[in-house]
Amino acid sequence: MSEDVWSAQDTNPDAIEAALRELLRERHAANEALAPARVINLIVIVDREWKGEIANRLERAGRYHGSRTVLCAVEEGRTTLDAVATVSYQEPKGAALGVMHESVEIDLGPSHLRALQTICDPVLVSELPTVLWSPHGHPEAVDAICPLVDVMLLDSDDIDDPSDAFARAERLRKHAYIVDLAWLRTTPWRERLAATFDLPERVDALRDIEELEIRHRETSMASALLLAGWLSSRLHWERSHLRLWDGRLAAGEPEGDGEVVVSLHTAEQEAPGLAGVTVVTGDGTALSLQRGEGGLDAVERDSDGEERGWKILGASRGEGGILGEGIRQALLRDSTYLPALKAAHGLCPA
Amino acid sequence: MSATSPLSAADTENPLVEGLERLPVHPTSLVIFGATGDLAHRKLLPAIYNLAHEGQLPERFEVIGVGRRTHEDEEFRDTVTDSIERFSRRRPDPNVLEGLLNEARYVQGSFDDDNVYSELARELEEFDRSAGRPLDRVFYLSTAPEFFPMIAAKLGAAGLNRADRASVRIVIEKPFGYDLASARTLNAQLLEVFEEQQIFRIDHYLGKETVQNLMALRFANALFEPVWNRNYIDHVQITAAEDIGIGGRAGYYEHSGALRDLVQNHMLQLLALLTMEPPTAFDADRLRDEKLKVLEAIVPPSVDEVEAMAVRAQYAPGVVGGVEVPGYREEDGVARYSRTPTYAALRLHVSNWRWAGVPFYLRTGKRLARKLTEIAVVLKQIPHVALQSSGSVGIQANQIVFTVQPDEGVSVSIGAKIPGTRMRIRPVNMEFRYGTSFLSESPEAYERLILDAMRGDATLFTRNDEIEALWGIIDPILEAWDADKTSTIPQYEAGSAGPREANALLDDGRMWRRL
Repeated sequence: MSEDVWSAQDTNPDAIEAALRELLRERHAANEALAPARVINLIVIVDREWKGEIANRLERAGRYHGSRTVLCAVEEGRTTLDAVATVSYQEPKGAALGVMHESVEIDLGPSHLRALQTICDPVLVSELPTVLWSPHGHPEAVDAICPLVDVMLLDSDDIDDPSDAFARAERLRKHAYIVDLAWLRTTPWRERLAATFDLPERVDALRDIEELEIRHRETSMASALLLAGWLSSRLHWERSHLRLWDGRLAAGEPEGDGEVVVSLHTAEQEAPGLAGVTVVTGDGTALSLQRGEGGLDAVERDSDGEERGWKILGASRGEGGILGEGIRQALLRDSTYLPALKAAHGLCPA
Repeated sequence: MSATSPLSAADTENPLVEGLERLPVHPTSLVIFGATGDLAHRKLLPAIYNLAHEGQLPERFEVIGVGRRTHEDEEFRDTVTDSIERFSRRRPDPNVLEGLLNEARYVQGSFDDDNVYSELARELEEFDRSAGRPLDRVFYLSTAPEFFPMIAAKLGAAGLNRADRASVRIVIEKPFGYDLASARTLNAQLLEVFEEQQIFRIDHYLGKETVQNLMALRFANALFEPVWNRNYIDHVQITAAEDIGIGGRAGYYEHSGALRDLVQNHMLQLLALLTMEPPTAFDADRLRDEKLKVLEAIVPPSVDEVEAMAVRAQYAPGVVGGVEVPGYREEDGVARYSRTPTYAALRLHVSNWRWAGVPFYLRTGKRLARKLTEIAVVLKQIPHVALQSSGSVGIQANQIVFTVQPDEGVSVSIGAKIPGTRMRIRPVNMEFRYGTSFLSESPEAYERLILDAMRGDATLFTRNDEIEALWGIIDPILEAWDADKTSTIPQYEAGSAGPREANALLDDGRMWRRL
């Protein structure tokens, strides 16, 4: 990967934008086969001391990058703007086309945050959708920049209390489309549950689910609730708050007629997200999916108690992959997230 | 929580599917005939691995290879592992690879051997037993086409063409026949054993993103469709140029030639997608009905008309990419006086209300100046030129160019003012390239098509009546060329843009686009 770099201290947005434009012009003049990516703008607001870690996470996002990434690093006491603009590219071979990505790192101070829109707006590529990711909070900056933003990247697993996380997502979704990384961590599980019940002989069993058990890493309760919320919203379950039943957090009453017992358990695992799901239907059939190497380990127990196991193949994306998937999802629209979010919020312990 | 679901007993739709990007695929056993062949190793098996890697295969998925080479199951797995490691578009994850292949089976034998089919039936039943339910079955015939009827018949005789509570499908790859008569025979032979809905005929061009995007651009934009007719379009050029020769495929190519190899299938499919009427819905039969209608509107030439509307040629020695290359007749395995065309160019007309009078020029060839597949839609000149002044190339007809390879994308040429004090106009391009406008890579066509076949979605596959319509257009040309045993076959220098004779197909001052 090659890079063209410009930097300045005590600069301003117009100068940054002019520098980027010039970098692109010079590179295109040197090699006409290089063209700038034009997919999305990505604004990232971070604490300056963690800038490197966030840059690494973005690096690990694989092939999904902002076409123009604007990283705003907030530094206590700073009153001026310093900036580094970079155009990165791989020289194309033969007749192929090469793609250039642009990134800007702006060091700014807390006093800039209330007017962050006026700093970012001139630096964005107009007419591209703009995605905001603010992993370290900075709600005043998020509020300030809302009018510029089409999509907000959140991670409901980042907030200790899922109820607060869901309230935040519900509030912000009024301003922009929400892509929630906690929701994306449930994607393979949702796909597999959907596939399992897609068989004609199984689709009716969806009406007959009696127990749903979700195992999750301790820090990923929001993901677990979103999965429960998804099933609840898709299957129109009437919800009650989760309560402690026999030491587990559960909704519904065991042995209750027409009740679905939802329970969440924490599990030891390195990767954020879910560890396993078990669905039990009225005739005693149980399907259990458990995270394993090279995919999910599935075990089905039929009503006679006979068990069958198999592997559902799929490589883990890893956390870098989840962030990349979040960036990719910014261009799509998932109509099932919001109902799942509301249902998950309804399940949160009162 | 109360399960007071308003889902009624009549609901058979799966409510969990909504919003998912990847639609469920039912548990499947995939049987690959010709599993030790080149296509299986370079394309199919790596595509299947990539589907597994991305979690797109069905929850239960089993592979059985059938081939003539002697292999034990374990040896077969080793060979497949080697192919995937060599040809996969991503480095394989060892756990996924092991999971994919640890139950893979190999059935050895000749395709005409009844024992192969009884052993296959045993293996399939064992997979069903292990799954506790019948798995859907897909038979992928990655073999020479002469085996298609035999394998289909043997599958039928063994009762493998149907299954209780499971779907059975058969996938075949082009060529679908050698001419109209043989295509009809093949269709009849397949339909004796399988229903048309069970037969998936792959033209891998249809799995390419740009080809599917032809429909998106036409039917998802108000910009193009209003001009998509004889009133605004002057002509269309469809080019499928290759810079390579025939390589080691002389045996195949001597019997096929350029017309059968690319025009009868890929290029006419592109023409159909470009010219068809909008389908009322994007489903397999409605889309294919529209393609069929427009193919039937292409009036085949009479044998006497062929000379005026079709050109064939062979590549002569030349230089490609700075390297001297032999002519076609000097290639290994090619007859010294071979009359097989390595280049074909046609002028076709679509005789319907929308396209009357618009010529469609198709050309394909090997050992041309560069590798390029594109569709260029050339609009008519503007009726009155008020702006043009001297000192520039002036106003030129707008062109909409769909590039299928090497860089998938679309460009639109428009006239723009050259900066300066005078009103001088020259064409500039507005470009859309997948690489700059989308974050994700285009999946391999085979990945998409294998998945669609397992899901039973035939939208991107060719129906029997389409195949016959395609051959119906080409047959008279083949007949005329085959009947002509004496005239000289034009030669073009390898590395050039093709034979001069092809220029004669274009009239009214039109020219082939530069490769």
